[in-house]
Amino acid sequence: MSKIVGSLKEAIKLSGLKNGMRISFHHHLRNGDHVINMVMDEIANMGYKELTVNSSSVFDIHIPLIDHIKNNVVTGLEVNYMGGAVGRVISSGLMEKPVDFRSHGGRPSDIESGKTPIDVAFIAAPTSDNMGNCTGKYGKSACGSLGYAFVDAMHAKKVIVITDNLVDYPLYDFSIAETYVDYVVCVDKIGDPSGIVSGTTRITRDPVGLMMAAYATKVIQQSGLLKDGFSFQTGAGGASLAVAKYLKELMLKENIKGSFGMGGITGYLVDMLESGCFATLMDVQCFDLKAVQSISNNPKHREVTASHYASPTAKSAIVDNLDVVILGATQIDTDFNVNVHTDSNGFIMGGSGGHSDTASGAKLTMIIAPLTRARLSIVVDKVLCVSTPGRTVDVLVTQRGIAVNPLRKDLKDRLIEAKLPVIDINDLKGIAEKITGIPKNINLGNKVVGNVIYRDGTIIDTIKNVK
Amino acid sequence: MKIKKVATAGTLESSDIFVQVEPNENGIELELHSIVYNQFSEEIEKTVREVLNDFDVKNIKIILNDRGAVECAIRARVETALIRAGGVEN
Amino acid sequence: MRRSMLFMPGNNAGMLLNADALGADSVILDLEDAVSPSEKDSARILVRNALKYLDYNNCEIIIRINSIDTNYWKKDLDEIIPLKPHMIMPPKISCAKDVQIIADYMKTVERRYSVEKEISIIPLIETALGVENAFEIAKSTDRVKAIFLGAEDLTADLRCKRTKKGDEIFYSRGRIVTAARAASIDAYDTPFTDVEDEEGLREDAEFAKGLGFTGKASISPRHVMTINEVFSPTVEEIEYAKEVMDIIRIAKEQGKGAISLHGKMIDAPIVERARQTLEMAKALGGV
Repeated sequence: MSKIVGSLKEAIKLSGLKNGMRISFHHHLRNGDHVINMVMDEIANMGYKELTVNSSSVFDIHIPLIDHIKNNVVTGLEVNYMGGAVGRVISSGLMEKPVDFRSHGGRPSDIESGKTPIDVAFIAAPTSDNMGNCTGKYGKSACGSLGYAFVDAMHAKKVIVITDNLVDYPLYDFSIAETYVDYVVCVDKIGDPSGIVSGTTRITRDPVGLMMAAYATKVIQQSGLLKDGFSFQTGAGGASLAVAKYLKELMLKENIKGSFGMGGITGYLVDMLESGCFATLMDVQCFDLKAVQSISNNPKHREVTASHYASPTAKSAIVDNLDVVILGATQIDTDFNVNVHTDSNGFIMGGSGGHSDTASGAKLTMIIAPLTRARLSIVVDKVLCVSTPGRTVDVLVTQRGIAVNPLRKDLKDRLIEAKLPVIDINDLKGIAEKITGIPKNINLGNKVVGNVIYRDGTIIDTIKNVK
Repeated sequence: MKIKKVATAGTLESSDIFVQVEPNENGIELELHSIVYNQFSEEIEKTVREVLNDFDVKNIKIILNDRGAVECAIRARVETALIRAGGVEN
Repeated sequence: MRRSMLFMPGNNAGMLLNADALGADSVILDLEDAVSPSEKDSARILVRNALKYLDYNNCEIIIRINSIDTNYWKKDLDEIIPLKPHMIMPPKISCAKDVQIIADYMKTVERRYSVEKEISIIPLIETALGVENAFEIAKSTDRVKAIFLGAEDLTADLRCKRTKKGDEIFYSRGRIVTAARAASIDAYDTPFTDVEDEEGLREDAEFAKGLGFTGKASISPRHVMTINEVFSPTVEEIEYAKEVMDIIRIAKEQGKGAISLHGKMIDAPIVERARQTLEMAKALGGV
């Protein structure tokens, strides 16, 4: 018996897809993904209309989606992150229905609860057998963890696995079990390896970034959290990674045995695991080759589902046990609200991803960012979009000072005593404005192009169109 | 100051501004491109015109390609371009 | 504090914005080697504006001007002196007369612009003749507050290869430190050549500290943190300094003229060293 179907077209027919339904994708192939475009082209050719696309993220490579939107094939979009190329067009007001932005934890929660039920899930799998046991750990298009895809497999009405590496039954080291899969389709290439994972992610060479990372490490040191059992998550961006490097040196020097590293896993976290800084890595997504190799070789490097990572409705999730998270921001206001959805002109170029989830759960949430980016201050009076509410953000670290949320007086006192450059966030804004001058306010349009759906299900902000 | 020839100053690197000046007959012609146009176009133009005024330039074509330079850098680059174009020894 | 001295290219607008936020005790805004001949005018004006409009409060500002055998150095001083940087760093200084020429011109510019402060000089010694004349250079004028060894050009002049280990500059390093201390001024060591080799940098900096250098220069911001660490007083040094100050206080109370600590006579230079160590420690928040 075999679930292999001759073509994508056939699989779509067999799935019973109808106009108006909701289809889903995961984003583990990132900017090297060919599957979303392949599937959408086929769906468009078959004449389908008015579908809702629910993809954990959408990258620049998915710009063909815009044509499908223009042709009414797609009338609804639900994502946790949207790259700038697609984002710019959405910001112009192309879609009638606003895009629903969720977080990495909110997406599985709403699928599981039936708020956004998936009719057909398309799961790009770097390796699969003929019954649909599949994984991201092996194959020419290996991507490592398939964390975001589990909810699709387990809760969609019909599940189609698309692979470019078919192996004999059974694939013993499967991530997604055959019990969830309806059809398997083999194609030549599911994606471009160089776009799927980086060869190696590098820490920043930018001296300002290194300065920020050094301060951030000192804050962690002074927080009282850096002791045996310590847990940590950091972003994949240059300065965030530098924190991992400094932390590793510190933990090895002081012989601190951490419990887990979480993320978004890069080679740096793998180094920390291998040097004994952590007992385990909980991996919802691999960013580079080293992470992909490690997850397939090291039993201490565990693949976890997005639900396990961050669902607000799971009985418990990893983010709730996280000590420290390092995050970025395009803007932060004097109430510590953070914008990661739009740039300073209001164009969509991001999304929460795990931002609001980790900020909510972590004991210490740190935003690290340069005080100014090309004449624009990162600290503003009011962010253009509230992605993560200020009450969940504890510290802002810039190269010119550290601002602590007034809600965290205990932490502020500790940092001041340690002679760190603590400064009121309003003063930090003042320093930035002295350097850049005071910018004119951006006037956005009146059309809602995006809903920012927070972990608790409420819409904490809307994104307006750019005129 | 009289603009005697075409001259440039600055670079297209982040936080810098590339300035090109040319001789002109019809007063001050200013063309501004900036990555922070929405936020600072008025400020940038004001700064540039101030420098032109300081150097008593009445006729010039000036094209600016701004990558988020702060005021003191804009002033420096415009001043440098003017001096290079005016043939004044610096 | 003079532990680290970081070179910044004078014509780079982005870097000038952050020069004082990179953790270095002193920053050298470079108008010389980091700037091509066609951009000397541009860099000069940009640095002048940076000094005029940006708030460089956290660190000492040093300007490396062009050498006296070029057409640029006087214009550099004309433009920069009115903005009152802390120090001027003239390159390729080979004798006291070189320093005098510069000091004289600085004085005329200071007068012209009614600058009351007498701006300091930190000669960059990077020739064989300069090394030999290190003491006279150090003593040439009151403006000279430190001397700085530049090994890249020096090894070219010595006709040898510049190596990481630095055997070829061993004598020069010793000479610079001795000359500086004999003239009661500070001495800076040459930058470490390999940007990527952090281990090597640490060893090189420890070696320089061991020789008596006040601090070390760097061409890469990534080296600053390590250099600061190495040239900051260690816990042992701070403890010892405290002991010295205590025992001196006791000696004074007991009316003793001379006193010893751990079998060693404590005289004025040791007390002065202890005092400086404690001052640095206090500034760093360590006491």
